[in-house]
Amino acid sequence: MDIHEYQAKELLARHGVHVPRGGLAYSPEQATYRASEIGGGKWVVKAQIHSGARGKAGGIRICTSDQEVSDAAEAMLGRKLVTHQTGPRGKLVSRLYVEETVDIRQEIYLAFVLDRKAERVMIVASASGGMEIEEIAEKQPDSIIRATVDPGAGMQHYQAREIAFGLGLENNLIGKATETLLGCYRVFRDYDASMLEINPLVVTRDGNLMALDAKMSFDENALFRRPQISELRDKSQEDPRETFASDRGLSYVGLDGNIGCIINGAGLAMATMDMIKIAGGEPANFLDIGGGASPERVAKSFRAVLGDKNVKTILVNIFAGINRCDWVAEGVVKAIREVGVNVPLVVRLAGTKVEEGRRILADSGEAVIVAETLAEAADKAVAAWRSATMRKSG
Amino acid sequence: MAILLNRDTRAIVQGFTGKIGSFHAEDMKRYGTNVVGGVTPGKGGQTHLGLPVFNTVKGAVRETGADASIVFVPPPFAADSIMEAADAGIKFCVCITDGIPSQDMMRVKRYMRRYRFEDRMRLIGPNCAGIITPGQALMGIMPGSIYLPGRVGIVGRSGTLGYEAASQMKALGIGVSTSVGIGGDPINGSSFKDILELFEQDDDTDAVVMIGEIGGPQEAEAALWARDNMRKPLIAYIAGLSAPKGRRMGHAGAIISAFGESAQEKVEILKDAGVIIVPTPASFGEVVAGVIADRTKAA
Repeated sequence: MDIHEYQAKELLARHGVHVPRGGLAYSPEQATYRASEIGGGKWVVKAQIHSGARGKAGGIRICTSDQEVSDAAEAMLGRKLVTHQTGPRGKLVSRLYVEETVDIRQEIYLAFVLDRKAERVMIVASASGGMEIEEIAEKQPDSIIRATVDPGAGMQHYQAREIAFGLGLENNLIGKATETLLGCYRVFRDYDASMLEINPLVVTRDGNLMALDAKMSFDENALFRRPQISELRDKSQEDPRETFASDRGLSYVGLDGNIGCIINGAGLAMATMDMIKIAGGEPANFLDIGGGASPERVAKSFRAVLGDKNVKTILVNIFAGINRCDWVAEGVVKAIREVGVNVPLVVRLAGTKVEEGRRILADSGEAVIVAETLAEAADKAVAAWRSATMRKSG
Repeated sequence: MAILLNRDTRAIVQGFTGKIGSFHAEDMKRYGTNVVGGVTPGKGGQTHLGLPVFNTVKGAVRETGADASIVFVPPPFAADSIMEAADAGIKFCVCITDGIPSQDMMRVKRYMRRYRFEDRMRLIGPNCAGIITPGQALMGIMPGSIYLPGRVGIVGRSGTLGYEAASQMKALGIGVSTSVGIGGDPINGSSFKDILELFEQDDDTDAVVMIGEIGGPQEAEAALWARDNMRKPLIAYIAGLSAPKGRRMGHAGAIISAFGESAQEKVEILKDAGVIIVPTPASFGEVVAGVIADRTKAA
């Protein structure tokens, strides 16, 4: 789960990381009020969306008067900002963060990530901040410092010192840098973060160390014990199709194709989507209905998939282990009758109680295209989608 | 004798008296698994499914001589249960639980290093379908009927995609020595490489099917190990050709976040290492059949 920059900065500030003074605004009037609260004559107005690379997309503006702050807010609020991380649909700007500007002497890159190879929290730092880590890795690979934290002992002071000296910081900044690094680690550990990126962490002209930006993601599996993080969820930043599904306990990822998928198991779901692609179609979504799918759950899945108006065909692929094909078949029939499925429907069942499942579909009298194998299911779904599309255009 | 699990393995169930634990314990017994008891704190002394219930794993090991455990404990408490098993002298643990926080798994992995390698418990999962040695025993949630006993090993992250592979093989009369699910989480007990090492040493396994997916470094690591150390044919499929970068595809670990983690990049790395690629998820059966036919001809 991602949070906004201003939320991440609040968390960090509470753990000893210095951040510029700033305030949240939902309207141009609030934005100018925030600017007057902060004082001075120069501010930065930042669109709060769950994405990096906002600057290039016009989501960060330096302003030198009330009027400019108001204009910037007017221009950003209510618009969708498209960055190379948001995808073509972009993300809605409904909150702004107005901050004081600082004089920058040096920009540092700092991140805490979960390293899957080391199976530990890894700290990644570079004195060449301000550009994205991919770019640093390409242009200044030798500037990257890495350290991992022993999960038993936690991050040690010497590790923070080593990084601070490694970044080439002056002696009078080592203490501040150590405090910043240990503060970041505590936030990461205590709130079950999965990623924390500060880019840039700056050395200011007056000799301070400050997080100018902050990006954080959290482990969704740990939200049950982090209610204060769950509260920070902003549904306006999510794909509405995904919000609908996740509110119903379904694992769903919206994509751009036309063949809706209802599958059990993440691996089989990915493989079925691959098979659709190989057969010449494009999946509209990833959807794992999970184990023990009741007829109600299957019907919910149909609602989630049909909520996407691009869906022109649905493919159901269930390999029942804990699931039972007869239950799934009942769910399919229930969905057709209750939800109203007005697109071609291909169903492939395999595993536990497969014969009973197929019989329920056949006896229902509903228009279900039955497939026996994965390849057949994908071929039939793509063929059904093609003929449905042709009928529309012809 | 296949790997990790056979008919002599003495298994206990952690989270024994819960709905899910009970259901699968019955199913495992029916398949022939030697289930000797279970653990549910506070219910020690009771009998459940005709088997003794213990308060602690240590108690269960002492009374039943159990050497393996399967964990059905809910996510907030599952890491604790795995560590309890490791400390009680369990040698092999299967964790089915989906949804364990990553930091808990980091702690589990660190904790298990307290033991010398020879004494260290082997963990598979979490978030996996378990393990089956067809015709002998199963510790997991897979339908036993889709596996034919045989001489091909399977190791994969996903449960249902593993079923798909096994049933395609069965349709062509190809059986399985052992099928191991390593689970869909970013931090897991055993990696692909860990399991390949066991299959390479196993006299009952002739070839191995590896079913990977997007995200993480484990498939590439396994391929490089196999190139230098494996004599048996390695056949692999990577799921997620159509997965966009940066989006989590169901499994907590199925997310492309770095170079080499997309399906296309992994397939290239595997091909370069000499791994035989299954081009589509509908062709597990025929590719494995082809490899077996080639081996028979060569022999």
